[in-house]
Amino acid sequence: MAATVTPEAVEKTVVEALPQFGVDESQISRDATFEELDVDSLDLAELSQIIEDEYGVQLKGDDVGKIKTVGDAIDLVVAKSG
Amino acid sequence: MNREIVVTGVGAVTPLGVGSRTLYERWRAGVSGIQDGVGAATEYEPTDYLSIKEARRSDRFAQFAMVASDEALAEAGWKDEIPYDVNRVATLIGTGIGGIGTLEANHKKLLDQGPKAVSPLSIPLLMGNAASAAVSMRHGLRGQSFATLSACAAGAHAIGTAARMIQTGDADAVVTGGSEAALTPLATAAFGALDALSDIGISRPFDAKRDGFVMGEGAAVLVLEDGERARARGANILARLAGYGASSDAYHLTAPEKDGGGAIAAMEAALRDAGYGPQDVVYVNAHGTSTPLNDRAETIAIKHVLGEEVPVSSLKSAIGHLLGAAGAVEAVATILAMRDRVAPPTLNYETPDEGLDLDYVPNEARTLDINGKPAVALSNAFGFGGHNAVLCLEVA
Repeated sequence: MAATVTPEAVEKTVVEALPQFGVDESQISRDATFEELDVDSLDLAELSQIIEDEYGVQLKGDDVGKIKTVGDAIDLVVAKSG
Repeated sequence: MNREIVVTGVGAVTPLGVGSRTLYERWRAGVSGIQDGVGAATEYEPTDYLSIKEARRSDRFAQFAMVASDEALAEAGWKDEIPYDVNRVATLIGTGIGGIGTLEANHKKLLDQGPKAVSPLSIPLLMGNAASAAVSMRHGLRGQSFATLSACAAGAHAIGTAARMIQTGDADAVVTGGSEAALTPLATAAFGALDALSDIGISRPFDAKRDGFVMGEGAAVLVLEDGERARARGANILARLAGYGASSDAYHLTAPEKDGGGAIAAMEAALRDAGYGPQDVVYVNAHGTSTPLNDRAETIAIKHVLGEEVPVSSLKSAIGHLLGAAGAVEAVATILAMRDRVAPPTLNYETPDEGLDLDYVPNEARTLDINGKPAVALSNAFGFGGHNAVLCLEVA
C-alpha cells in the first residue's frame, strides 16, 4: 500500500533521497533549485521512481519539466495526489 | 604507418593495483594479482577517485576507464589544459561486454520487483560505449567517440583504430584503451559453461597443465598523439605505435584456427605496417590466455612469423584475462617493459607442453640484451568471434 501523501512526508522523502544522488545535504531547502543542487533529468527520473514507489503518484516528463525547486517537486506530488 | 603515432601517457587499473607503474613493476617482480582464482581489482576504491555522483552514474567498467584516463592525461601533460583543439581529440575505449554488472542487477530487480523497479540509469550505464562517453565528458574531448566491441581483442582494436584516426587526419590525438568489469555471476557462469575457465583457478599460460583462463577486471588508457605535433609541443614520448595489423579467422565462434592462420595474418600485417622484419622484434607480449587451444595456436603463429628465439610472455599469468581491457593493459605493460629493456615473466610456468617450446620467460623477468637497438615488441590480442589485433610498439 502506498503511504499517505502529506507535505511533510513528501518533503522528508525528497530530502532523504537527494543525498543519494550526491547532493550536499546542507544545501537542500524548499527554495533550492535543482540546477543549484546539480540535480539533472536523470536524477529527477530516479526521484520520480522513489516517489511513485512510496506514494503511488506518477510524475511524467511534462510534470518534471516544470519543476525548478525542491519545493516545486514537493507541491507537485501533493497536488497530484489530491 | 606514414604519420608517426606516439604514446605520451598511460594509465591503468588492474588486479595488481591502481596505476600503470604499479602494474608493470609488480608483474616484473613476479607478484600475482589473482586471489582465489579471480583477478579482481581489489585495491580500487571508487570514492578515492570519483564523486558520489560520478560513481553512481557509471558502471564499474566505465569507472576503471575514467580513473585510468586521469593517470594517462596527467602523464601526457594534459591535466591543466588539453594542448589541442578539443574538437580534434577523439575518444575510443573498447570493451568486451560493457556494463554487465548493471544489467544483471537491474534484471534481478525486474524479476523480483517488476518493471517499475528498474533504474532509469540502467541503459546509460550498461551500454558498451559508456566508458568512451564517460572519458569524453570527463575531459571535455569533443572529437569523435565510440567503442570497439570485439571481445578480447577490443582494447587492441581501439588503439589501432585510434592510430588510424590520427593518420587519416580525422584527429590530432586520441584517448584510447579498453575496459572490462565482468566478474559477475552471469559472466562467470557463462564462461564456465563454455568450459573456458580454469577449474584449478591458476593462470599458467603455455604450461602443459593449463586448463583455462582466470577472469580479471580493469582498464588501461593511452594518450596517442600525432608524433610531429607531440614533438612540437615538447611532449615526453613514451613509445611509438609503429604498426597495427588486424584480421579475422572466419573459422569458429570461440576456437582459434589450429594453424594460427588469422593470428599470423595480423602479426605480419602489424610488422609490415611498421616497416620491420621478424629479426627486429625483441619481445612478444602474447595473448597467452592459459587455454589449451589459444596457447598452442598462438605458439604456432609466433614461430611462423618470428621464429623460435624471441622471448614471449603473458601478463595474463599475473592478472588473469581482462577480456576487452586485455589488449590495452598489455600494450601499456609492454611499453613500460620495453622502456626498461625487460621481458617480464610468465608466472606459474612449470611443465613444458609438447610442441610449445618457445622461450616463455618462465617465472622471472629477464633483461633484454639488444645492444642499443630500438626495443620493438608485438602485443597480441585475439577475441571470440575470430578477431585478431596486433600492435607493434617501439621504444627508441
